[in-house]
Amino acid sequence: MPLTLTLLGDFVMKKVVLFAVFLMLCSSAAMADTLQLLTWKGYAPKELVDKFEKETGIKVEATFSNNEEMIAKLRATRGAGFDLVQPSQDRISSVQKEFKIYQPIDYKKIDVGQIVPSMLEAVKKNTLVEGKSYAVPFCWGTSGLVVNGAQVKGATSWKALIDPQYKGRISYRLKRPALIGLGFALGFDPFALYADEKGYAAMLAKIEEELIKAKPLVKNYWANGDQLLESVRAGEVTVAEAWDNGAWKLHDGNKDIDFVAPVEGALGWIDTFAIPAKAKNLDAAYKWINFIMKPENSAVFTNAEKTATAAKGAGKFIDPAFQANFDRSYPQTVIDKIKWYPPVPAKLEALEGKVLDKIKAAN
Amino acid sequence: MKRSGMFWIFITPVLLWLVLLIFLPHLDLLLLSFRGDASWTLDNYRNFFTEPIYWLTFVRTALYSIITTLLTLILALPVALYVTKIAKPGLRGFLMVLLMLPFWVSELVRIYGWMILLRESGVLNYFLQSLGLTNQPVEMLYNDATMIMGLVYTSMLFMVIPLVSVMDSLDNSLIEAACDLGASKICIWRTIIIPHCKPGIVSGSIVVFMLVLGNYLTPNLMGGKNSLWFTEQIYNQFIASFNWNQGAAFGFLLLVLSSAIIWLGLKLTGQRLGELSS
Repeated sequence: MPLTLTLLGDFVMKKVVLFAVFLMLCSSAAMADTLQLLTWKGYAPKELVDKFEKETGIKVEATFSNNEEMIAKLRATRGAGFDLVQPSQDRISSVQKEFKIYQPIDYKKIDVGQIVPSMLEAVKKNTLVEGKSYAVPFCWGTSGLVVNGAQVKGATSWKALIDPQYKGRISYRLKRPALIGLGFALGFDPFALYADEKGYAAMLAKIEEELIKAKPLVKNYWANGDQLLESVRAGEVTVAEAWDNGAWKLHDGNKDIDFVAPVEGALGWIDTFAIPAKAKNLDAAYKWINFIMKPENSAVFTNAEKTATAAKGAGKFIDPAFQANFDRSYPQTVIDKIKWYPPVPAKLEALEGKVLDKIKAAN
Repeated sequence: MKRSGMFWIFITPVLLWLVLLIFLPHLDLLLLSFRGDASWTLDNYRNFFTEPIYWLTFVRTALYSIITTLLTLILALPVALYVTKIAKPGLRGFLMVLLMLPFWVSELVRIYGWMILLRESGVLNYFLQSLGLTNQPVEMLYNDATMIMGLVYTSMLFMVIPLVSVMDSLDNSLIEAACDLGASKICIWRTIIIPHCKPGIVSGSIVVFMLVLGNYLTPNLMGGKNSLWFTEQIYNQFIASFNWNQGAAFGFLLLVLSSAIIWLGLKLTGQRLGELSS
């Protein structure tokens, strides 16, 4: 489908809302109680959706997306159309300041006893805008390297992504994590430079130069997780920037392939729950949060998606295979080194966008 | 002229559709494209011309779209001729169905089909290796030639259908007479078939050119790492950089520049848009 249509779609949406309101007035009698959830693929496992419907009578309609598209969708409708979204914690505060697409979380309605306290505090702090916080943690993980140990030895640094000895076997997503990871590898501290726009631009220029120079080494820039897993599984890619959960999925099929947290530190993200400004079914949104953060429910998610949960006490429901993956990849020393994304200032994303375009266009 | 009530009842949905879903959003985009941080500005348009990466991407996209359109035309002409003039009437419907069959699944599925065939561990490489033609798998994806092939594949139908409909009206006796008088095949194509098919060629080319220029999936998935397409740049402005103003400006530049290219193409070949309907 031509892109312009998709983009127009977003604009059209707010006009369509008028229509939709009209239609709803006609058919509201037939409407069931539903929760419109905008989230990542895999974050609403069918098992839990069915269980939730049975317990509460609320139907969950999930739309799968990513950080950037979530923001764009809500921005187009000024925060309408969804009752609950799941952006990463570092992408909330600057977006909220600029576009006002979320509403503050009423933490009294959240069963906070179910959530790991340190994570809740960190997310509250990072999403603080004008004295109010906007998110509840859901799960966490890191970006690092997925490495095929049978063919690749000694890939322990983000620099592996620009290392000539892996020519033609390298893949990464042409997005922020690759830039930030390489920034650390080249001796910068990108997160410290967040406050210094000039310094950040200088760092990006250096990274751009390196990535363009190393472009002939790259097999492809992966665009979706399944595509990457497929190429690593087939042996077409042997070292790639990836999320830990993807790497563990591959490890289950082929023991040579595993997650490697780079020596500079893996990049830690926390995905959250946030409520759009014009959410219609607030009650259902809070119910879903409290439901999925129950230890036994969050363990279902963790076991299926191999993603660590922010729920407390899920341990005894967790699949031992997942625990083994987790313990192997994250000894305490590695966990201590994780670089957690601080909230990203809006201006920097425009700078990054341009650099990414230039890398993609370079020959 | 006085319109009856029925007329307005029937025309209202069309008008609503056009105004709400096409006119208003475009107006919104147009206003957006002239906005800066806080004030009205032309910066968004100026950026396009001052940043080489933007206009170079556009030039690249436009050139590849023209090449794709020409290739599609060259491939579609004999196909259309075969379907209309050479194939038996009974076979004709079947051939048209064959042409349309791939379009019953979405573009994404078709592109993934090609990727399964062409990838390093893919079907084609498997056969090449088992036939002993290569010992090393060859990477056939992620280059410009593959991308153009994919684009030609996705646009074939839109060229064949207008060509089939104009060739239908071509009188067989003209070709027979030319053959009797000893004209060569090239001469027949040049002086009879192509002039007759002009309206079909022009409308098919316009459709294919616009579709290719506005394509997003194929360049992105099959072109791989060097394939920055202009539409992707618009997407990046909207989604990755959150710069809707810049993205809107690019959208309008795409509209204006592609219309200009079509206008130029019509001028150069001495066509007029009004003649297409006849």
